[in-house]
Amino acid sequence: MTPVIELRNLERTYSSGEVQVRAVRDVSLTIGQGEFVAIMGASGSGKSTMMNTLGCLDRPTGGTYLLDGIDVSKLNRDELADIRNRKIGFVFQGFNLLSRTSAIENVELPMLYSGKRLSARQMREKALAALEIVGLAKRSGHHPNQLSGGQQQRVAIARALSNEPSLLLADEPTGNLDTQTSIEIMGVFQKLNEQGITIIMVTHELDIAHYTKRNIIMRDGEAISDTLVENRLVAAEQLRLLEEAHQAVHLA
Amino acid sequence: MKLAATFLMALRALRRNKMRTVLTMLGIIIGVGAVIAMVAIGNGATSQVEDQIAALGQNVVLVFAGSVTSGGVRAGWGNAGTLKPRDADAIKREIPDAIAISPEVRTSCQISYASQNWFTSIIGEGPDYFTIRNWNFTEGTSFTDQDVRSSNKVCIIGATIQFQLFEDEDPLGKILRINGVPFTIVGVLESRGLSVQGQDQDDLVVLPYTSAMKRIMGVTNLRTINIEASSPDKIEVVQDQITDLLRQKHRIQEDHDDDFTIRNQQEFTKAATATSRILTILVVSIASVSLLVGGIGIMNIMLVSVTERTREIGIRMAVGAHGRDILLQFLIEATSLSSMGGVIGIVLGMGASKIISLTAQWPTRISPLSVLLSFMFSACVGIFFGFYPAKKAAALDPIEALRYE
Repeated sequence: MTPVIELRNLERTYSSGEVQVRAVRDVSLTIGQGEFVAIMGASGSGKSTMMNTLGCLDRPTGGTYLLDGIDVSKLNRDELADIRNRKIGFVFQGFNLLSRTSAIENVELPMLYSGKRLSARQMREKALAALEIVGLAKRSGHHPNQLSGGQQQRVAIARALSNEPSLLLADEPTGNLDTQTSIEIMGVFQKLNEQGITIIMVTHELDIAHYTKRNIIMRDGEAISDTLVENRLVAAEQLRLLEEAHQAVHLA
Repeated sequence: MKLAATFLMALRALRRNKMRTVLTMLGIIIGVGAVIAMVAIGNGATSQVEDQIAALGQNVVLVFAGSVTSGGVRAGWGNAGTLKPRDADAIKREIPDAIAISPEVRTSCQISYASQNWFTSIIGEGPDYFTIRNWNFTEGTSFTDQDVRSSNKVCIIGATIQFQLFEDEDPLGKILRINGVPFTIVGVLESRGLSVQGQDQDDLVVLPYTSAMKRIMGVTNLRTINIEASSPDKIEVVQDQITDLLRQKHRIQEDHDDDFTIRNQQEFTKAATATSRILTILVVSIASVSLLVGGIGIMNIMLVSVTERTREIGIRMAVGAHGRDILLQFLIEATSLSSMGGVIGIVLGMGASKIISLTAQWPTRISPLSVLLSFMFSACVGIFFGFYPAKKAAALDPIEALRYE
């Protein structure tokens, strides 16, 4: 079975004037179907560049990147856009929803740009289904400014899911959220992962990384460690514990 | 991406910033409105002139007698006494393309009926005159060739004369005294209103030219000969043939000038077209200046909009929008802006020309072509001036755009 992602000696070098910055150096790794990976590292470690490259927003300057067996290093702008549209769902730290646009219309956005020529009703149905998955079907008509941070991130996840991608990329998805909401979002990711969706997440929070299955740590552009997660946290359980802790505070 | 969806998206974006949208459209609105109103006024004036010219008759060729100079005083056209009724007969006989001919004399007289009297123009004509000038009768008919041959005392009156002398009475068969000479009224002409120069065209009495010459004026020469050519392209031929014929009849030597002048309808038409062409150039230049200014306004706002919405563009690109989807989105936005401005401008322009025609009593005519052209032009302004901002949006780098604060 082809892995979802295969990187061979991946390089990304920025040149600004005479200075060359090797943001990603010689990274080789394979991520298979159904994995849930956290890419971790301090700022400047190259994890953002890595994320942009994996997300086909950027092209590597060296090495090869196979996504679902397709070598994306050689695709042009429009072809990359199509790959992003069909194979990748993005979740950002700042949610990046279109303001003054209802939740369901935000979720429909990727479908507008897919070549599939769906009717308005089909799009609406698929968008509603995606919102249902993240538990927000009832708020489909709300605008982002009428939703909490956690809800906005759920809308963003629904948007990422709407074109049924093979890969979900999340860039610090819990960075703007409080602990409880973060765990809830991780719960959504875990649920999706159980359904077979491959998820790659960039984070610098160690406890959040514990909800994933595999952790890759980057430093100075290199992947210095790649380990499977032991004692993986389960979001539902953690939420219950958190709830109990709250109760305890109340009773005391 | 579907065009309809892009269009809805553009309209929604415009609705979000109503004030800005309206202000941006204002340039186009004023430009298009001004064009529509001015073209309507111009057309009104032109059509009025055209009506006047049509009233003079179609394919008309006029032969004037030459000017006379006596003791250094030049008397102007028609007074040289060189044009005779036999010239008209010769033209009738020898030029087949001159299908209608009416010799003409003119004077002014006091006329009277019962206790009423009035000072008016008396013109002597042939029966063809009314055909040449497309002039119909409200009552009675024209006098006949027989009346001309016998210099009968019959006349036809204009609508003003009927109003001034007869009021409610039926003038047909009544005796009108012209310079004391009694003439029987056989017809009343349809009203023509004022001429371009503001003269009352209905203030006249028409007699057989022979009667006018013999019984009123006591002259033997004509002032003018009215001729109708068989078709517009025969006008030149007829003119040349008349020149040859009259030179020969008047025995004019090779190296002498004509003792008559020939004018035709087309010269009047030409003058009118020249006027309307100048008007058109004026309107077009005003239109292009105001549409240019409006277009720059649109470009300015679109550039602001692209900068403001950099993040939105980044999001759209991240989820799979191609550069051309973004290009199309902004282009459609700019074009909707300008064509909506165009439509509002057209409506306002129509309203303005209605108001002008009602208050200033100017005739206005809204030309469908100008409406269509201004609409298309305003849409083109949107495409032209929207292209640069749209191109700029489409060329954004998705990573940079997503990071934009």
